[in-house]
Amino acid sequence: MPKVTYVLADGSRRSLGLSVGASLMEGATGNAVPGVLGDCGGSCACATCHVYIEDARAAALPPPSEMENELLNGVAAERRPTSRLGCQVRVTAELDGLVVVLPERQT
Amino acid sequence: MSEGPLVVVGASCAGISLAMATRDLGSERPIVLVGDEPDLPYHRPPLSKAFLAGKAEESTLALRPESLLASLGIEIVAGTAVTAIDRTARRVITADGRRIAYDHLALTTGSRARTLAIAGTADNVLTLRTLADARRLRAAAATCREVVIVGGGFVGLEVAATLAVAGAAVTVVETEQRLLKRAVSPAVSDAVMRLHHRHGVGLRLGARVTAIDRAGDRARAVRLDDGSVLPCDLVVVGIGAVANDELAAAAGLPCRDGVLVDPEGRTADPHIVAAGDCARHPSRFADGRLVRLESVQNATDQARAAAAVLHGLPQPYDKVPWFWSDQYDVKIQIAGLVDEPDTSVLRGNAEDGRFSVFHFRAGRLIGAESLGRPGDHLFARRCLGEHLAVTPALLADAGTDLAALATAARAAAAAPSRTS
Ligand SMILES: Cc1cc2nc3c(=O)[nH]c(=O)nc-3n(C[C@H](O)[C@H](O)[C@H](O)COP(=O)(O)OP(=O)(O)OC[C@H]3O[C@@H](n4cnc5c(N)ncnc54)[C@H](O)[C@@H]3O)c2cc1C
Ligand code: FES
Repeated sequence: MPKVTYVLADGSRRSLGLSVGASLMEGATGNAVPGVLGDCGGSCACATCHVYIEDARAAALPPPSEMENELLNGVAAERRPTSRLGCQVRVTAELDGLVVVLPERQT
Repeated sequence: MSEGPLVVVGASCAGISLAMATRDLGSERPIVLVGDEPDLPYHRPPLSKAFLAGKAEESTLALRPESLLASLGIEIVAGTAVTAIDRTARRVITADGRRIAYDHLALTTGSRARTLAIAGTADNVLTLRTLADARRLRAAAATCREVVIVGGGFVGLEVAATLAVAGAAVTVVETEQRLLKRAVSPAVSDAVMRLHHRHGVGLRLGARVTAIDRAGDRARAVRLDDGSVLPCDLVVVGIGAVANDELAAAAGLPCRDGVLVDPEGRTADPHIVAAGDCARHPSRFADGRLVRLESVQNATDQARAAAAVLHGLPQPYDKVPWFWSDQYDVKIQIAGLVDEPDTSVLRGNAEDGRFSVFHFRAGRLIGAESLGRPGDHLFARRCLGEHLAVTPALLADAGTDLAALATAARAAAAAPSRTS
């Protein structure tokens, strides 16, 4: 299983093995990683699964859809160039070792 | 702040959100969620969408994995209804006779599907509220050819869309003259009507069901008040939801189509809060009037406010109400509460079905409805949340750049007000 490391808002780190195909939101909410809510269950509607992907491989990810891009304008924390919605990014074998930074707040 | 047991009645969207928020606040108090559904807490919105379409399986619906809840010390007592609250002794009584003591009680009992009295009971007349309902509906949908949906609300229309895409001949019967009458403005009703037309769904507006013909245990046809007869092998009744407030009412808590709560989520009993579909609260988005909302946003955010007040950190629940519905490939999004607007302006193209309607009352933006215009929706959410001043004229102008407008309005709001 590809390993993904979540860097929490307080700087602590949680590394998890996630199934290929799981979203970064599911990886967090399913493992009690604090700081990701995923209220809409991945329907691309709530913007409470905001993450920063500060990793060179971010550029190789499928780009955000129009819906995701617009929702990113509504995230509670600062939107940065590395911002993504965790429910829209799925784990692949190539993403093994990915580091995901969590924002300070989701609501 | 007391750290005695927190008992939550209703283990779904609001109940889980309240329990998780309590842990996020750092509380280690015992938490017990008592829910009458046999299934572990799950996301309800996919029941009429991806789950019904066969695109999502049950394993993907869990709100939180069982193992996680266990590791957080959140106990789930599933398949168990709470039948009474003993407020004096501070305990709840369950259908199987258990008594569970609480220091704080949270009522997140949600709402249930309203039933059609004349529908009676037939194997193929269904409502959709729970996963158990959805399993039955999905099984029935696999073989049905002609479906009648009673009620043109969100759940009915989502089911209509999903079954039409799956190849069924679907007819929606609605007593009002337009779809979604209580939820959206006429322009949106119109666009949704055209969307369903385009996908071959029959619409009978202003029509009332007078009888359901059956053969044995099965409905065979639906009769309407204009004399027409719609043959069918499946009937789905989607005529709204009723708050599950009887438990609270029987315990003497003030209720009025929903458990009455204050802005922080407290009921009349200082040991009891309520949140989600079952609660009626004063909303600043409705000029302080009491509203009962049925949405994921309201269930999650109101539950978080209720968790905070129990944790000794009262904060008024004043998150911007928002809602979404997926029908075919269109996302319908609503921000704010659209009630009796005096001015409404359209952005985008109503003809091609991608547009928004922004609503104002007394010069203030009160809400927006968007079809396939997520940028407009998010703009409205921001304006409402941050009290940004915008005018109908600016929004009606297709040349207005909403992102720039939001930035400018924000700067204006932040600037110190001049006194002269
Ligand atoms: C098919 C469908 C599609 C939907 N789609 C959307 C959507 O796209 N977007 C959106 O925003 N909203 C949608 N909603 C609405 C949303 O699901 C609800 O607003 C939300 O689930 C409310 O959460 P809740 O926890 O308050 O109540 P509920 O989800 O109704 O949960 C309450 C729980 O309490 C249980 N309960 C009740 N009484 C007792 C008792 N005495 N003892 C024990 N347990 C009890 C109930 O059985 C239930 O499990 C949809 C709803 C349905 C049915
Ligand atoms: S979980 Fe709601 S937008 Fe990602």
